[in-house]
Amino acid sequence: MSQFDPLTLWVVIIGLAIGSFTLRFAFLALMGNRTMPAWLMRHLRYTAVAIIPALVTPLVVWPSSTNGVTSLPHLLAAVVTLTVGLISKNVLAAMASGAGALYGLLYLIG
Amino acid sequence: MPFTTTKSAFWAGFRDSAPFILVAGPFGMLFGVLAAEAGLNVLEALSFSLAVFAGAAQFTALQLMQEQAPTIIVLVSALAVNLRMAMYSASLTPYLGAAPLWQRAIAAYFVVDQSYALSIVKFEAEPDMSVPQRMAYFLGTCGIVAPLWMAATYVGALVGAQVPDSWGLEFVLPLAFLAMIGPMLRTPAHLAACFSAIVTALLAAGLPYNFGLIVAGLTGMIVGAQTELWLERRKALHEVAR
Repeated sequence: MSQFDPLTLWVVIIGLAIGSFTLRFAFLALMGNRTMPAWLMRHLRYTAVAIIPALVTPLVVWPSSTNGVTSLPHLLAAVVTLTVGLISKNVLAAMASGAGALYGLLYLIG
Repeated sequence: MPFTTTKSAFWAGFRDSAPFILVAGPFGMLFGVLAAEAGLNVLEALSFSLAVFAGAAQFTALQLMQEQAPTIIVLVSALAVNLRMAMYSASLTPYLGAAPLWQRAIAAYFVVDQSYALSIVKFEAEPDMSVPQRMAYFLGTCGIVAPLWMAATYVGALVGAQVPDSWGLEFVLPLAFLAMIGPMLRTPAHLAACFSAIVTALLAAGLPYNFGLIVAGLTGMIVGAQTELWLERRKALHEVAR
């Protein structure tokens, strides 16, 4: 059990709180009801489908639960989750299939 | 009349967010559990969720603090993960920008993946919604998820150290993100953005300070936008040819 220095912890919490709110408020505060240029909106449309896969990919390929060693059950569970979500358009079905696949495969393969 | 419709817009958002209960619950609890395992007490874990209210950034900060990274690196990396919030904010501005400043400030706090994803789909599908209705819908999408996130963090922090590592709970986080992405991939341009972001994330994984995430995210956005332009041009050419 690692203990952080409380000062460091609170600097991180407060710093993140201010930083996150600033990021979230910046455009909503400054832009008012002006419309954004088409090229910017075109890029923004792809924010979520680009950033989230970018965030998840390293976590899937080098999972922290195996200390970063690539593992077949984790890879397959990720593929199952994405595929079920893509086909069913249902977040819960995707989540359940992925979790089922992960624990099933971990049980079978180890 | 407008009051009734604003109210019904709130409840529509509330209802639409229901599937995310099973995402925010485990996520929040997972954060509480991991925070407790890292040595945070219940008050610290709950303050973290209340003040920051951004799952991925909270996990990033926790991870880096456990690796004894310098505080400035922890802040920069977690905020980099949260850069997408700025993009969400910009993307919501055409729909919510006309609301009073204080309402926009409240809405800003609630900009997260779920509220953004639900709202932007709704606003695009129903362009006739009034600004108060849109604001109500947006806040409605956080009506369950936000309190649940806090409560789950609290419970997770209490349960904390009692969860054995063998459960492999860490992987719930990537799976939940992946489950969210699938339904978002509605067009070939979405797929192109997603695929190029994955490839770039793998290639750029060695970059320090989470910079690979930003590079991969920007690559995905550019590829998505260019694919959209290319498909539009091709469609236009076909129509001219006919």
